[in-house]
Amino acid sequence: MGEIRDMMGTFELFQPMELEGALDLLRAHGSDAWVLSGGMDTFDWLKDRAKSPRVVVDLGSIEELKGIEANGDGIRIGAMAKVSEVATHPEILARFPVLAQAAEKVATPQIRNQGTLGGNLCQDTRCWYYRSGWPCYRAGGNICYANAPNSLNREHCIFEANRCVAVSPSDTAPALIALEAEMEIQSVRGMQRVSAEEFFIGPGTDITRMTVLQPSDLLTGIHIPGTWAGRPSYFEKVADRKAWDFALVNVASTLDVREGVIYEARIVVGGVAARPLRMHRVENAIAGRPINDETLEEAARQAVQGARPLRFNDFKIALTRNLVKRSIREARA
Amino acid sequence: MAAYRLIGTNQTPKDLRAKITGRAKYSEDFKADGMLFAKVLLSPVPHGRVSRLDVDRALAMEGVHAVITADDVPEVSGAAEPILTNEPVYQGQPIAAVAAVDETTAANAVEALNLQMQPLEFVLDPIDSLRPGGPNARPEGNVIVDGDLTEFKWTSEEVELMEGDTFPEDIRVTDEWSHGDLEAAFAESDLIIERPLVYQSQSHHPLEPRTAMAYWQNGKLYLHCSVQSTARTRPAVASSLQMEEEDVIIIGEYCGGGFGSKIAGTVTDRIPAILSRLAGRPVMMRVTRDEETYFGRARPGLQGWAKLGFRSDGRLLASDTIMIQDGGPFGRSGDFNSAGGYISLTYQPRAQRHRGIPVHTNTPPKSAQRAPGAVQALTMVGPLVDQAARELGVDRVDILEINSPPMGAVYYTPDETPLTSSFAREAIQRGREMFGWEQKRELSGQVNGSKVTGVGMSFSPYAAGSSGFDGLLVIRPNGRVTIHSGVGNLGTHSVFDTCMAAAEVLGVPWEEVEVVWGDTSKGLPWSSVQGGSQTTHAHTRANWAAGHDAKQKLQEIAAQDLGGSPDAYDVDGARVFQTGNPSVGMTFAQAAQRAIELGGRYDGSEPSDELHEMTVEAIRNNLVGEGLVGAATDTYSHEGATRSSMITFMVVEVDRETGMVEIKECLSVADCGTVLHPRSLAAQVHGGVLQGMSGARFEHWKYDPRWGINANKRLYTAKPMTILDIPESFEFEAVDLPDPETPVGSKGIGEPPVAAGSVAVITAISDALGGIYLGRTPITPDRILNALEGGTPGYRALQTHV
Repeated sequence: MGEIRDMMGTFELFQPMELEGALDLLRAHGSDAWVLSGGMDTFDWLKDRAKSPRVVVDLGSIEELKGIEANGDGIRIGAMAKVSEVATHPEILARFPVLAQAAEKVATPQIRNQGTLGGNLCQDTRCWYYRSGWPCYRAGGNICYANAPNSLNREHCIFEANRCVAVSPSDTAPALIALEAEMEIQSVRGMQRVSAEEFFIGPGTDITRMTVLQPSDLLTGIHIPGTWAGRPSYFEKVADRKAWDFALVNVASTLDVREGVIYEARIVVGGVAARPLRMHRVENAIAGRPINDETLEEAARQAVQGARPLRFNDFKIALTRNLVKRSIREARA
Repeated sequence: MAAYRLIGTNQTPKDLRAKITGRAKYSEDFKADGMLFAKVLLSPVPHGRVSRLDVDRALAMEGVHAVITADDVPEVSGAAEPILTNEPVYQGQPIAAVAAVDETTAANAVEALNLQMQPLEFVLDPIDSLRPGGPNARPEGNVIVDGDLTEFKWTSEEVELMEGDTFPEDIRVTDEWSHGDLEAAFAESDLIIERPLVYQSQSHHPLEPRTAMAYWQNGKLYLHCSVQSTARTRPAVASSLQMEEEDVIIIGEYCGGGFGSKIAGTVTDRIPAILSRLAGRPVMMRVTRDEETYFGRARPGLQGWAKLGFRSDGRLLASDTIMIQDGGPFGRSGDFNSAGGYISLTYQPRAQRHRGIPVHTNTPPKSAQRAPGAVQALTMVGPLVDQAARELGVDRVDILEINSPPMGAVYYTPDETPLTSSFAREAIQRGREMFGWEQKRELSGQVNGSKVTGVGMSFSPYAAGSSGFDGLLVIRPNGRVTIHSGVGNLGTHSVFDTCMAAAEVLGVPWEEVEVVWGDTSKGLPWSSVQGGSQTTHAHTRANWAAGHDAKQKLQEIAAQDLGGSPDAYDVDGARVFQTGNPSVGMTFAQAAQRAIELGGRYDGSEPSDELHEMTVEAIRNNLVGEGLVGAATDTYSHEGATRSSMITFMVVEVDRETGMVEIKECLSVADCGTVLHPRSLAAQVHGGVLQGMSGARFEHWKYDPRWGINANKRLYTAKPMTILDIPESFEFEAVDLPDPETPVGSKGIGEPPVAAGSVAVITAISDALGGIYLGRTPITPDRILNALEGGTPGYRALQTHV
């Protein structure tokens, strides 16, 4: 059979006006259905015909999925809020700048205006072997093309390799984990909330998915509690280019510093594992210590404990070390 | 310097309003009644043989009008590139094409083609092909020697030498040249630097893919295509379709970038033409970004060694280089060889040897890319010259200056070639002052937190002009001057800027000049290709000649009607008049009317014998009897090679914790002869510097070595630089001294900026890193960080496609 790429196939398009309608459609079509939010991940897949869903459910007309509003001492962000809205929202800028900074680093202005926060969180990995439609583990096959002796794996993982070595591409996910956010998930079974940290899963849990979402589930909103509002935080993304690029490694941190001593910290690194990785060991090691060179060195040591580079990504060890140090050293309220 | 009214001033290019308002029509914007759409079946493997290709099912699908395969296209011989093939030699090579009522139907029909392939051995890295028993890109061999494809392998000892720790002296190559006494020059050297180097291949990736639309009328082919050159695409298309030139009409009024990949179109432009002939309907083939990656051309990468010998004052005495070329599957790109010539031109080594092997690989077709040969050569060797300055304690700008070509210099290719002019040293001097080198050098190594500052610089010359083409214009009885330009509108505006030369001669304000371009049916003169920075030089000359031809005819007509000798007349304000008594004269309108009445050579009825047949055809078909026709061939003296040059300075900040680089400042000074159009010059200088930096720092070209498949077919994974990566401060100037070997004094400047940007940013980063030279491109943050932190890069010294 001849192969066509970079040319979208045909599908049946549904544009429900209400959440209920979307959930009904997802239930009716099961794994034949594809959820479309901003399309920034979707259209890449569909144009490459590496995924050819029969049915596409476009969430773009559902008002209740949009908007950013106060919720107790925190905020709720609709999953369909544009990344650019998140980056420029006054309350997010004032109280949760680490999220605004992360959103500001996503892709390009055009993509931020089109892409949604929910989409940025639910997007699939960018492993080029997988996205080119190769029958790898993640695609249901029984090989990892990125982890052969000569494979091109500069962008791949240094932690939690488990048959698959792909990494989490999201810039906003580490920030939300650092802020102790919760994901609001709706399905025909009802609504549930899952911590951002548990929302993302590695290949050990399910090699075909990046999140806990099942085919008929929808991420409808993101809740950020007031816990970390106004506390020192830090976000940084290292990529080849300053725009239109995925992170080689990114880092987000929130710190509770009392009288010069770290009382509690949340440090999350993206681009190093299939899920954004919370650095529990670093957090434990620095708790109760002042921010000084010794603490930073200890943090750097702990950050890469157990890291295993692939052929072309040794630099991620040094980069993770340096970024984790920086996320503590440079954190500002 | 001559006082010009138009030349050297900013004028509105004739296409600017259309571009800004969106009225400009690129190939994809054209429609024709009954137009079909084409989709192409591409090879899924880097090398294979079609064992079965069953088109019946596709052809039977509703809405499908034509399917073509290799059997339906002209055959080619040797290692030439066919339009479609049964033995694809790179992933993405077109095998078959379908025309259908819409793209979806065409794509579904391609998916319905029953293709079976037998995979054949393939090779990506040229050095792998040179190993004993290594694979060949084509069954007949891996290199072209004396025009024939043949097999060339090293012994295992030679491979060891190439991949060893020292410069490989005794190694066989297919191509070698030298001049001077190399041994003596090395013996006299106070410092010898040698190291392995890699310049990675890179796709051209113009923003506009090479979309084409074709239809046939009365046996003539009308082809809308995205091309750099208009006049010169016609013979290329006619030849590959085995047609008469006059039966081909090329329409390409706008081109969204080519950079050498669309000089005279691409063979894939012919696919809609063949489909259209078969289907009897117009066919549009919209090219996708994936397809652009595959058949859109790429700069050939070079890998090899340099050994340079310097005198203690920094003078380069000896240059010994080996360059192995990732040539792709077709032809024999000359970059590996011209690279040696550009080392000679740039650094003027007293003695030089240049060796190379152009190896065929199963990677996409290679072609010239903006400053071919020089970009690779200078990016590889330039940082070593900078390293020499550092090691010898010589000023880093002085070393560029003392090695640069002075006025009257020659260089070797290996033929000894004199330059028409070189104001390199004036440019370097001016750059040094404007940049404030004496102060800026102090910034080297300054630390600010995790960031460290580096200062870099480069000197980069390139080819800048050809000659011998035609100019053509007509003055109609309404008094208007219309200049016909066969130059392609590739984005540089040379299609219009060069017309200033004719307008200057005739004293016509720019607003009153009309330019006809972009459509061979409108009558275009024989022109240079828009490549090799030839156009500014070639067509200021040709238009200068046409302007003078028209002026001469105006003077003759006035003298005939009003008395006196033609020499007593001058032109200005759309009049020809007696110089001593301006009230005696006639308007251009009256003279044009008289030209029609007189006929003969005046109105194009009897065109001059010296004109090229394309120009004669243009006059016959479009202009005879229309008015006073000015048409002439450029026969002005042109002794020596025309070369421009540029010096670029850069200040960067490197973050030592992340490897991220920020460009703070960039300043360039060009020697491009007389400045023709300041705004166009700015666009070339800035755009070229950015393109060079983009290749040096960002652009990815990766192939999985096991499967031979491209890893960055999307624009976002090929990673050209973005607007946020450009310098914070970006300045330029030109020395603006005329080249004495050409009437207007202008030389091309499209290409020198590319290597200038590439080498300046690399030397700046190296300076920030305290003298670490990576010896390969691109210099991405991971590589910088590995160098700083002692990480393992994962690739071998000469490995490519990583």
